Amino acid sequence: MKKLNLLFALVALAALVVVPNFLKNYGIHMFTTWLVFIIATMGLNLTVGYAGQKSLGHAAFFGIGAYTVAIFLKAGLSFWLGLPVAALFCFVVGLALGFPALRVQTIYLAFATLGFNTALWLVMRNEEWLTGGTFGINNIARPSLGGISFDGNLAYYYLVLGFTIVLALLLWGLLRSPWGKAFTALRDNAIRAESLGIDTRSYTLLSFAIGAVYAGVAGGLYASQVQFIDPALFTVGASIMMYLMVVVGGPGYFLGPVLGSAVGVVLPEWLRFAQAWYLFVFGAAVVVLMIWLPDGLLSIPDRIKARRQSRAASAARAAAGKGVKA
Amino acid sequence: MIQPVLKVTNMKKAYGAIQAVGGVSFEVRPGEIFGVIGPNGSGKTTLFNSMLGQITPDEGKIELNGQDVTTLGPLELNRRGVGRTFQTLQVFGKMTVRDNLIVAAQEHSGSMFSRMFAPTDSGLGDKADALIDQFHIRHVADKKAGELSYGQQKLVDIAMAFMSEPDLVLLDEPCAGVNPSLVGGISTLLKELNQTRKGSFVVIEHNMDFVMDLCHRIMVMVEGQVLAIGTPDEIRANKQVLDAYLGS
Repeated sequence: MKKLNLLFALVALAALVVVPNFLKNYGIHMFTTWLVFIIATMGLNLTVGYAGQKSLGHAAFFGIGAYTVAIFLKAGLSFWLGLPVAALFCFVVGLALGFPALRVQTIYLAFATLGFNTALWLVMRNEEWLTGGTFGINNIARPSLGGISFDGNLAYYYLVLGFTIVLALLLWGLLRSPWGKAFTALRDNAIRAESLGIDTRSYTLLSFAIGAVYAGVAGGLYASQVQFIDPALFTVGASIMMYLMVVVGGPGYFLGPVLGSAVGVVLPEWLRFAQAWYLFVFGAAVVVLMIWLPDGLLSIPDRIKARRQSRAASAARAAAGKGVKA
Repeated sequence: MIQPVLKVTNMKKAYGAIQAVGGVSFEVRPGEIFGVIGPNGSGKTTLFNSMLGQITPDEGKIELNGQDVTTLGPLELNRRGVGRTFQTLQVFGKMTVRDNLIVAAQEHSGSMFSRMFAPTDSGLGDKADALIDQFHIRHVADKKAGELSYGQQKLVDIAMAFMSEPDLVLLDEPCAGVNPSLVGGISTLLKELNQTRKGSFVVIEHNMDFVMDLCHRIMVMVEGQVLAIGTPDEIRANKQVLDAYLGS
């Protein structure tokens, strides 16, 4: 099974490296956007899927990352300085946003994070001297590194792909460490976790902070990708869309964000043939998916396994019953 | 004189006009299995929650190994060597049995930062396997805890409390909802653990046969007060206890 997984990962990676070479600019743009949202939702998956916190403010961190990088580049500073600063800034703000989670949970926490997103969106919109207000920031440059320019769409795609792979490996390592179990314990039963010596307070804060870092990096990459940002990209609606991506893919499944982001980014594009109906079709598809697969697309194998086990148990009981009669 | 593992002095807790616990004092000696019994509403759960840091008593003092822990929360108490089980099942259903045991002790070594780079099993795999064998749950060790029967989950739940080798384990109705055929097994296991690990246990339980068979000493509570403390034989022979509880 492990070999099969490794083989699948290698084939997928090869496809991600090769396929964009045969795409036009629009296709490359879609692939790059997909990767950016994979990074952002990997972070949200940690907060929501693994640690069980309800966050509807992820787009705010995406915005902080995007604006930090854009402002740095506009000030003539390096992208390579702006991106780590954006990540650090998001970590600090993420920690701060984690504090309400120590007091409130479930829908109340969702509303608290939603309020945070709205407040930050207002800052982006109203503080023109810093963010350009509703006019946004345009002509955001793309970076270069050691003489390699990432100005071209394909080159920039490969840069984002590199970031995606590195950040995915880091998260994989984190989730396989004892931290991963602590986050899961926090999600499944915080009272029991605390009684076992798990510092639920610290892990709650860290789940927000690390999730925010991923969103910040994604935002910074997105700013240079689209080269123009304005506050409309970072509304509560965008946060809800990211949450949806995590839920559709499968919260708490490592590859959930890959599928969820594909549904959130690529599917609406594929549905453009439906013209004015595409949002309706997209919305209906999501509703149907949530009814049939509330744990997301990646829960399908687990559901099949559970069904098989249930059938096997029923068969065993029936056989035992016959044995008794005999 | 041997220092008690747990010493509760004049503990009081009221909810509005209701005095749930009114001046309870007792101590648990090293290696002792101490039972707490009493009818519903006698204050057992309030006492238990106070000892576990989930509520702060209005008055009185709780000492663990001679140190005042009256105001400490569950996290700090666990770090100081207090393990517990809950009345209802509290396993992590989506984790395997082995992972449930590992997560129950992983935070007891190293710093939080160092654990980020620690191996998946935190070096606790062998220890978890030993407990798995002791609890006879080897055949389900790699199954998700949520997929097990109630009795098996109960065993996992109890095993988790012992994984970090605490000085004191508080067991809240370990037989609640358990098939009668498993009750004897749990009693044997707890006696075994008491012998091999030298820990002290406090057990709240309604199953009188279980308590009488397992505990070295028993405290009987009625209406927030201590009615009697003694060996099982003394408790059985106590007329007040018979009138107030056993005879009811």
